[in-house]
Amino acid sequence: MSSLKFNNVYINNYYSIAGPKERLGKIKNYDLTFKDYYFGEKTFEKAEIKMQSVVLDYLLKNNSADIILGGDLSNQITNSTYAARNYNTSFLGLYSACATFAEELLVASNLLETNQVNSVICLTSSHNLTAEKEFRFPIEYGSPKKVTSTFTATGCVGCLLTNNQSNIKVESATIGKIIDLDWKDPNHFGAAMAPAAADTIFNHLKDLGRNADYYDVILTGDLGKIGSKILIEYMREEYNIILKNHLDAGTEIFCNSQDVNSGSSGPVTIPLVFFNRVIKNTQYKKILLVATGALHSPLMLNQKESIPAIAHAVSFEVIK
Amino acid sequence: MQKDKYKCLVDKLTPKESKYKNAIVAFLIGGIVGIVGELIMHLLTHCFGISRAESYAYLAMIMIFLGSLFTALGFFDDWVSFAKAGLFLPTTGFAHSIASCALDYKNDGLITGLGASFFKLAGSVILYGILSAFFLLIVRMIIGV
Repeated sequence: MSSLKFNNVYINNYYSIAGPKERLGKIKNYDLTFKDYYFGEKTFEKAEIKMQSVVLDYLLKNNSADIILGGDLSNQITNSTYAARNYNTSFLGLYSACATFAEELLVASNLLETNQVNSVICLTSSHNLTAEKEFRFPIEYGSPKKVTSTFTATGCVGCLLTNNQSNIKVESATIGKIIDLDWKDPNHFGAAMAPAAADTIFNHLKDLGRNADYYDVILTGDLGKIGSKILIEYMREEYNIILKNHLDAGTEIFCNSQDVNSGSSGPVTIPLVFFNRVIKNTQYKKILLVATGALHSPLMLNQKESIPAIAHAVSFEVIK
Repeated sequence: MQKDKYKCLVDKLTPKESKYKNAIVAFLIGGIVGIVGELIMHLLTHCFGISRAESYAYLAMIMIFLGSLFTALGFFDDWVSFAKAGLFLPTTGFAHSIASCALDYKNDGLITGLGASFFKLAGSVILYGILSAFFLLIVRMIIGV
């Protein structure tokens, strides 16, 4: 049993920043967007740190936080630690690649549920150019992109969780298992992560005694167009569950004309869509957020290893 | 699910890359690069009076310069992405890989960044190119050609 239930955890505030390509995409109501990948800084890493600082400044303007939970794709999560160092607040660094935000939410909710802390900030970011440099090729190198590839989104999202009632209640969470079906292609993360998403969704529904129709929407992380098809088929074949209310965040950020192949990826993808599209939709009252992450590194891939993946789930009730 | 069964499921739902289209594009663009090279050689030998043998060296320098310049100007990566083997295989591709690495690691210091990562992508080409030339030379010596 890896699921937790929460009774008095709420999201009280949130802030989203989106980058140059994202601001021209499907969602138009981000709190802040910027046009230059440098965001006024000297390096892309400093730009990502600045994004995190801007979000933290906003969330801490009229509130205080007992703990900041941060994580991102950079080596040693320095883009999060270097941002959080200026805030004189207890910090926990977490990493599960693109599932980091869900991991932060469930840890924060657990800390708040027992009333031992009063307020927790969860934030995550990704930057296309820092991710490309670390995981793939130099930024100006024109490596051909496959149709199954995804585009790391540039942005930062943070939220403040407390015990004070608001209209977004964190209701339950399920901690995922690391699933590895020996998938080795780093240009097709959808295939690497879909089984992890399926396993977590199945265990979440089983632990909480719900069926898939309980939720108005099941929002997955960055499976992309092709990964979503794989998830639906895999859930049907392996667990005999038909997902009718599935939405993938990776397909909701960029327009088709923006040439991102299978869709968007990066830890910021799922919170950008969750806060700016999903909770704004009045039809979605019971939401299951299932963030997926690929837990590999370029080094392991060079050593001919496969890509293990994980998915963490957090459910919400939006009370109008 | 067993990994073989999963692989079948993924293959069924994954669109195939258009290999023929990629091959034709690479062939045509690679060919155009070859023609441009010949035109430059013609220009060098007939307008500047440089010998054919010497003009090979000048041509290499010009192609490397153009590859690096276009990379630094920021549009060559789009061209390479589109042309694929038509542009990353000739000398232009080699220059492009080195220039793009240099740009990326410029901020990490001249020695620890730029210098250390300069040949990050081209290193394999240099190492295995030189090794192959060496072994082929041994073969040539043995055969007595």
